[in-house]
Amino acid sequence: MTFGRVCILAAFGLAIYALAAGVFAATSGRRDWAASARRAIYALTGMAIAAFATLEIAYLSSDFSFALVAQNSSTTTPLFYKLTAIWSSQAGSLLLWVTVLGIFSSGVLYATRNTHRQVAPWANAVLGGIAVFFVGLMVFAVDANPFVAATPVPVEGNGLNPLLRHPSMMFHPPMLYSGYVGFSIPFAFAVGALLTRRLDAGWIRSTRKFALLAWTFLTIGIMLGARWSYSELGWGGYWGWDPVENASLLPWLVGTAFIHSIMVQERRGMLKVWNVSLIAATFTLSILGTFLVRSGILDSIHAFGESTLGVPFLIFICLIVISSAWLIVSRLPDLRSRHTLDSLASREAMFLLNNLLFVAMACVVFWGTFFPLISEAITGTKASVGPPWFTRYLGPIAIALVAVSGIGPVIPWRRLSPSRAKALFWLPVTAAIAALAATALLAGVFESVGATLMFAAAAFSLTVAVREFYIGARARQSLEGGSLPAALGRLISRNRRRYGGYLVHVGIAILMIGVAASSAFNSTSERALKVGESVKAGDYTFKYLRATSDAANERLSFGALVEVRKDGKHVTTLHPTRNWYPVNSDRMGFVGRYFGGEATSEVGLKAGFTRDIWTAVQPDLRPLRPAISAGNKLPSIDNPEVQAVVITAIVDSYPRKAQTATFRVIVSPLVTWIWIGGIIVLLGALTALWPAPDALRARVSSLAAARLAGAGRDKKAAPQEA
Amino acid sequence: MEVSKKRRIRLIVSLTAALLLATALIYTSFSASTVARTPSQLLASSEPGKSYELSGRVVMGSLKDHGQSFEFVVQDRAGAAKIPVTYRGTVPDPFREGREVIVSGVVKDGVFVGEPGSLITKCPSKFSNKE
Repeated sequence: MTFGRVCILAAFGLAIYALAAGVFAATSGRRDWAASARRAIYALTGMAIAAFATLEIAYLSSDFSFALVAQNSSTTTPLFYKLTAIWSSQAGSLLLWVTVLGIFSSGVLYATRNTHRQVAPWANAVLGGIAVFFVGLMVFAVDANPFVAATPVPVEGNGLNPLLRHPSMMFHPPMLYSGYVGFSIPFAFAVGALLTRRLDAGWIRSTRKFALLAWTFLTIGIMLGARWSYSELGWGGYWGWDPVENASLLPWLVGTAFIHSIMVQERRGMLKVWNVSLIAATFTLSILGTFLVRSGILDSIHAFGESTLGVPFLIFICLIVISSAWLIVSRLPDLRSRHTLDSLASREAMFLLNNLLFVAMACVVFWGTFFPLISEAITGTKASVGPPWFTRYLGPIAIALVAVSGIGPVIPWRRLSPSRAKALFWLPVTAAIAALAATALLAGVFESVGATLMFAAAAFSLTVAVREFYIGARARQSLEGGSLPAALGRLISRNRRRYGGYLVHVGIAILMIGVAASSAFNSTSERALKVGESVKAGDYTFKYLRATSDAANERLSFGALVEVRKDGKHVTTLHPTRNWYPVNSDRMGFVGRYFGGEATSEVGLKAGFTRDIWTAVQPDLRPLRPAISAGNKLPSIDNPEVQAVVITAIVDSYPRKAQTATFRVIVSPLVTWIWIGGIIVLLGALTALWPAPDALRARVSSLAAARLAGAGRDKKAAPQEA
Repeated sequence: MEVSKKRRIRLIVSLTAALLLATALIYTSFSASTVARTPSQLLASSEPGKSYELSGRVVMGSLKDHGQSFEFVVQDRAGAAKIPVTYRGTVPDPFREGREVIVSGVVKDGVFVGEPGSLITKCPSKFSNKE
């Protein structure tokens, strides 16, 4: 038995212990047992990290006695991809899941070690239970065991799939997993709060940051996936409503609703049932997302292929849903709010509206994603809905949400008076109308109603946010003096949660402008061209100047130089290519295997603030075929040096022999703003997550106060000046 | 009294909205969806002119590359039924023999004619490569 396997088994034992000791500590009220259960989680985390490190070392040293390493790494794989190949397999990604779960759980249990004496042991037990499931998979399911030995040990590994050799693809899975896993923390505390009937906002305050952190990771993960799809896959889109994409969007939508609605509970003691239901749903959807990728039950472009993990996952999901539902229903009397909604024109009503819209979105995405299963169950035939179906519903809801994101933050709690409404909203409404008019003038009236309305909603929301920043900064400037930018900086750093939130709203509005513009006003053409021929997309003409070829870095590359002109003037020259990686089999011959393997597109992209010019090419390699089959038959072709000479000669002949290539060209406005918006969202989320200086100071000073109890007054005040 | 009446009205309005959305979702998804078929199901019955979504595996050795168009045979994921497919336009990067594909199109004289731009491949990245 290998060291890694021992770590996994130990982690399994520790997870069971953490579950059992947590339950015992919670029911008996014994604090020593609570501490023991907590330490079991720490130890489990240590075991998971040790197992993970063992596997990483195996990847780094190309130790192919590990079947996993042989499967998706090789001696020639670049170092960065050796390090990250670990999560491109089923078993490796589960190990990553457990490791992240351990780190998050340890973090929250350490942070709450002296508080929540009743809730924390239950949360500890729940987190232990989740770990039991995931570590259990690695213990009992063969295709989830990361430490299977390879027999016989291969000389060389398969290498990492070329499609995944993109930096954003390597960060995408750990970000998504961290997002999925992170939501288990507020879930565990919600379960603890329900069990102990301590349903004030205490559990929310302790886990709010974890929910926000999980949300941030999930957002980054989704954005990276979109970016990868746009720049690496040869179709030119960033979102395709594929089941697995949707699976990551579902917990994001419900999780977003959750981090909004908990503010209402903190502030007004309302929406308690709603909050516990939302976090239960978010966690369930996170598990569902993890499951969907592995099950193969839906036709998706990214499935792990059929695996044996489907049934255990389904049982686990059912268990979560049934026990959460039972818990919430049995605690309904304790969950009753102290307050009711005073007015529909109030901040709490806007929060509620925001929540309903997010949940409605999640319902649409859920229905569309699972429709193949639903229709098969009802009508007996599998049927699926396409992207237009999704956008028909989600477009209007998204527009409404962007508008609400402008109203919610500034409308007062309880009730909005008409005079206040006028003062708050005349400027943003004017901006929205101006945006409507501008779009109608520039793009023609009603060119795309959806996009136009989205621009108006975004203009409204952005105006509100910018004015909030401006008013706040001016107020601070008049109080403390200094320049306006400095005052703005102080304003944000003193109210990180609030202004971080506004920044996120700004980012989302900008992102949605990019999404609306690029989906409504793009021009796409696809055509086969001979050298010298052109294709038009929008106002741009794309001319196929000449064919190119290259052999380097383990791959053959065939492409095209494309000149882009607008109104007869040269804009840019792009160089899209398609790269071929060799197959590790001689079925196609010693030469043929270099031309028949995995292909990846490198798109030719000219990104800009107003529009992106995007090109992809599919070269026609048929003119090379006679040379390839002649090369396969050469007498000494099994000699690698001869192969190299022959292949170089064939590759070099491509620009002369090339006849046609099929081009896909897209001119799409404002795509860059999707990425800029995403970065602003990230900055906003980080601002909100960063510990507030006041809270930090308070903690430091209270700690100091505790230590220096009895000491002089001046000493106690000292840390505050630091 | 006033408050509870207000609450009841709000509840009714929101439930109605939810019900309307649900009805619309169900209705449009059943009417706008494309029927998914495996080769064996398609061979057993197919209406001419009706659009289907064919899914299955590209048979090894069946792919003919005509530059701008492709001819290949798609086989049931688990089974022997096969149907020939023609497809024009660009194909996704992972498209190869042996891969699982999903393509929309119509059946014409026993041949499945794919709709350009509709072909997608299952990402091969995350399963063990059998080859």
